Amino acid sequence: MASVTRKGEKRPWTTYALGSLFGLFLVFLYGPMAVIYVLSFQGPEGGVTFPMVGTSLTWFRDIVKPGQMANIPVSFSRSLELAVLVSCITVAVSVAAGLGFRRKFPGSGALFYLAIASLVMPSLLVGFGIGLGFQFLGWQTNLFTSALGAQLTWTLPFGLLAMFAVVNRFNRSWEEAASDLGATAWQRLVHVTLPILLPGILGVAMGAFTLSYDEYARTTLTIGTKNTLPLEIYALISSSSSPTLFAIGTITTAVSFAVIGVTLLLVFRMQRRRGLMKAA
Amino acid sequence: MIGRGTVASVQTIPAARNRWKLPSLRLQPWLVSWMQVAPLALILVVLFALPTVLFLAVSFFDYDRTGIYPAFMLDNYQELLTTPATLRVYLSSLKFASIVWAITLFLGFNIAYFLVFHVRSATLRIVFFLLCAIPFWTSGIIRTIAWIPFLGRNGAFNQLLMDSHITSKPLEFLLFSDFAVIITYVHLFTLLMIGPIANSLSKIDPALLEAARDSGASRWQTMVNVVIPLSKTGIALGSILVFTQVMGDYFVVKQMSGGQSASIVSALSTEIQAMQYPPAAANAMILVIFVAILVAGMMRVVDVRKELVK
Repeated sequence: MASVTRKGEKRPWTTYALGSLFGLFLVFLYGPMAVIYVLSFQGPEGGVTFPMVGTSLTWFRDIVKPGQMANIPVSFSRSLELAVLVSCITVAVSVAAGLGFRRKFPGSGALFYLAIASLVMPSLLVGFGIGLGFQFLGWQTNLFTSALGAQLTWTLPFGLLAMFAVVNRFNRSWEEAASDLGATAWQRLVHVTLPILLPGILGVAMGAFTLSYDEYARTTLTIGTKNTLPLEIYALISSSSSPTLFAIGTITTAVSFAVIGVTLLLVFRMQRRRGLMKAA
Repeated sequence: MIGRGTVASVQTIPAARNRWKLPSLRLQPWLVSWMQVAPLALILVVLFALPTVLFLAVSFFDYDRTGIYPAFMLDNYQELLTTPATLRVYLSSLKFASIVWAITLFLGFNIAYFLVFHVRSATLRIVFFLLCAIPFWTSGIIRTIAWIPFLGRNGAFNQLLMDSHITSKPLEFLLFSDFAVIITYVHLFTLLMIGPIANSLSKIDPALLEAARDSGASRWQTMVNVVIPLSKTGIALGSILVFTQVMGDYFVVKQMSGGQSASIVSALSTEIQAMQYPPAAANAMILVIFVAILVAGMMRVVDVRKELVK
């Protein structure tokens, strides 16, 4: 990658125009979210809009208080469990498939379009189809069967597309070198291919985790009786209009940020170590 | 990871080093690939293809208040296609999709171009990318309702306008309107444009841009004749993602239009809640066909697969 201008050359006016557009876009992207994070610390007398009437943690305490919010903590842990599971399956399946797609094989086109179709299918319809299937079979829809399956139809195509980008940048001569040096296929996979792809694989894991953790439309018709957090939040929107909703939003965002942050930290550390090794 | 253990046999390995091993199975390369993609194929067939076929079948079923009955009748479709409400809701969704598509394409392309070609420092570029991507990994529901205290009558935006004396009284059209729906969609989906387009742009050899400039092409000519043709895969993929997300949405319209607009899927979910599965399935089928035609149309323009897998 390189820029339109060389180093030291005067930047064209378009840089400033596009830069301002990008700055405005970031304000647009983060502005409204910042508003709800601030409002979640609203004082006990305050409402869902500005002005702030003091600051407090009242609305955060409301979440764990028994009562209307009783389902929030338990649905939160369910969401986490499901997201971890979805993330693991997505990594295993899409990494294998990403490697498989490096060769042309009979049916590769059909499978690719099946994945794209699964990605672009209106989300609620996927849940509807799976829910109907369970009903016909006389099975009870459940968090770890139907809801897990419904989420995989969304995270797997994303994982596959991400793996295409990761695998594209992978230089196959590394693998050839390993084979030439006598590595078995297994050794080559474990000691060469996977470590090189690891930053990308972590990205897929994180993407799948956050997509699952926040997923609503595919899950709603396949969840059975025990809700995940986004479903609980959805139910709250119509029934409650207190800053508690914002407090929940602040917490879920904090969790997403923590997952993203830890992943990025790992990836950067890995890249840096690699950079050092290259330099040495 | 099934099948990885057999790949070695495909390539030539010095025999001497493996002499102590059992003669390994010689699998065809395509068979190895098959084993690698088998889990994906299985999951997609069982959890996506079969359920879709199932609701295709159910859309021809008969139903009453107590249950659904296997049959082959076109009544569900006939009813759906002769109701003026169907056309209205499709037109409304198409209107939203086109407006949002145009805005996100403009924003997405310009931002991707800025990030790839104007930001010189690689670290800064990564940071900027992350700034765009991070909200996408947080809850869509939260990001939707985040607009309510922002756009409302007493919301932050109106207060800002009044404090700076741009308007004397709060603007009413901001929340619970088409405007609110569109702005929420743009907020949610612009990244789906930025990502694929930036991916395409970063594959363009900068030497091509220099060559264009050296041969006397203006900035605009370079853009139209070099950059845009080379990034059309990204544009197509981004367009497909944005279009289908908007067509398949039911949360944003419900929440942000204040009941003034309906979406295809919200009409459908009402039927599902009423246990009227066959008409809901017929409705779903029409939507699927509609989306499939749109996507196939865009895929005809650009061979997305060839560009992605190469």
